[in-house]
Amino acid sequence: MGKPASVIARQATALLDWVDARLPVTAFWDSQLAKYYAPKNFNFWYYMGSLALVVLVMQIVTGIFLTMHYKPSAAEAFASVEYIMRDVDWGWLIRYMHSTGASFFFIIIYLHMFRSLLYGSHRKPRELLWIFGMLLYLMLMAEAFFGYVLPWGQMSYWGAQVIINLFGAIPTIGEPLTEWIRGDYSISDATLNRFFALHVIAVPLALLALVVLHLSALHEVGSNNPDGVEIHDHEDENGVPLDGIPFHPYYTVKDLFGVAMFLLVFAFVIFFWPEAGGMFLEHDNFTPADPLVTPVHIKPVWYFTPYYAILKAVPDKLIGVLLMGFAVVILFFMPWLDRSPVRSIRYKGAWYKILVFVFAIAFVRLGMLGMAEGTPAQTWEMRVWTFVYFAFFALLFLLSKGGRTRPVPDRVSH
Amino acid sequence: MKRSIRSGFLALCGTVLLPGITLASGAGPALEHAGVNIKDIAAAQRGARLFVNYCMSCHSAEYMRYNRLVEDLDLSESMVMENLMFADAKIGDVMSIAMQPEDAAGWFGKLPPDLSLVGRSRGSDWLYGYLRGFYRDEHGAWNNTVLPNAAMPHVLWRLQGIQEPIYAHHMSHGVEVRTIEKLEIASPGELSVEEYDAAVRDLVTFLEYLGEPAKMKRKNIGVWVMLYLTVFALITWLLKAEYWRDVH
Repeated sequence: MGKPASVIARQATALLDWVDARLPVTAFWDSQLAKYYAPKNFNFWYYMGSLALVVLVMQIVTGIFLTMHYKPSAAEAFASVEYIMRDVDWGWLIRYMHSTGASFFFIIIYLHMFRSLLYGSHRKPRELLWIFGMLLYLMLMAEAFFGYVLPWGQMSYWGAQVIINLFGAIPTIGEPLTEWIRGDYSISDATLNRFFALHVIAVPLALLALVVLHLSALHEVGSNNPDGVEIHDHEDENGVPLDGIPFHPYYTVKDLFGVAMFLLVFAFVIFFWPEAGGMFLEHDNFTPADPLVTPVHIKPVWYFTPYYAILKAVPDKLIGVLLMGFAVVILFFMPWLDRSPVRSIRYKGAWYKILVFVFAIAFVRLGMLGMAEGTPAQTWEMRVWTFVYFAFFALLFLLSKGGRTRPVPDRVSH
Repeated sequence: MKRSIRSGFLALCGTVLLPGITLASGAGPALEHAGVNIKDIAAAQRGARLFVNYCMSCHSAEYMRYNRLVEDLDLSESMVMENLMFADAKIGDVMSIAMQPEDAAGWFGKLPPDLSLVGRSRGSDWLYGYLRGFYRDEHGAWNNTVLPNAAMPHVLWRLQGIQEPIYAHHMSHGVEVRTIEKLEIASPGELSVEEYDAAVRDLVTFLEYLGEPAKMKRKNIGVWVMLYLTVFALITWLLKAEYWRDVH
């Protein structure tokens, strides 16, 4: 830093020195941002990490304001949400930000995870980084599930009913387990109250802790990049990677542009399409929960439907539940299932491109079938795509070790 | 190469996701499009009058306050109080009804549902079809093509008149079944068919507004937000380009 020009600047420097002597603020800033070197060749897919952080903060802030008006009681919950939508100043905006934010969180996380498939970001030495990410994904699913119950509409109630009853498929302990989860013989006030506690305190704390671990692991091993090469293999005399640029200011300004583009899409949905045709806010959920009236067509929100389709594809409930759980758990093993000597899809052969492409179609198609009515033809299609979903992991394990690769460049390609 | 992967996957997302949206919303019988324009305040005003005169004998709108009508529908407080409210109601009250639940259960078999959110749970097209779908069957009872065996009688029959069904007979799985081909006015009401359809559209406009009073405002605000964010995105892009000039 140059010689401070003014008295104020001198005072500020003195204050920072005073703090630095007691708390490593500058050291932290440097190690995590200003002297944290990220590869210079990040593309579209690399916006998702910072966007996930932005959405997380937005969900927490809007959530705080919603809890100021929301009443977690079976008698009042539905009415309190309508009170927010109608009588609270800007309540509708806060609520739509929160409900749309939930769906966008999953869109971003799915793209973020898919990026790993493309460029091998989960491969050694980033296995723990991936596992923390997977735990974040699990916690996010729990958070979304608990949150969806809170408006206490028909789909809140019956969606929760279906999901909690899945645990009832477990032999012997199944039934008592569902009672323990609900805190009652059926979904009731007690269930709503505990789900509220989990949604606003327990799971958010776990999410924040996991974000710290996820970012710590990331900054320990450094970011991967679309070429899948290690930028730290080529450093200058000061230990700065030749293909690396300081995260701040380069990626802070680039990610700021990403945030602006994201907000454009996000604002469009909030202001012009908040129900997203019944995908983000389901029509049945505008009817208060009624334990005596079962909706014609119960389905979870879109981000759960790929797994829901796998569940529905299996005639036996217990096996369906296990297979559905396995569909998520198997993702934890991705760092070891891919045995290719090459990380990035750019230098893997056509075999990998086809595998990933078909896997992506299977996931999207399962998601669509999971929200459909469930005709016999659709059930058969679910079975086909369920097979494809799992075949991806098996084929990846079998083909990756000897699969064709192309020579990987020494440094990032541009 | 990089570009081709990216555009390939975006194209994939587009082609696979779009049919999914129609799939998700395509359930139920084919309904005629209601053609509601939420910004047509005059229609919402006429609908409010119909709602108060015909619907609120039995249906409440417990989440809606009268003074919200003043704010949103360009009405003065006195106009709302004189035309849309019961004498003993206050301007800040919610649109509740005097009917007791136990009476309702005796008269209709169940409590007529609160209509605050019916515009969102059922949707405009369903409501438009339902309110035009009442007919008198051969036993002289009211029925409905959109919601068969509806508990509700045809409250608007004086306006529409009485419709009777024209049946079509066809074979299904070797059994002759009868379906309603169309409805015909057997005894005309106060309004012509076109006038009645327009009145129902007004009522549905009001119900859609009632389901989400913020809807009128949010689209107007949204335009400004999008404009602001476009400028913001442009500035951040220029900032990024400036910083990245020395990255090669």
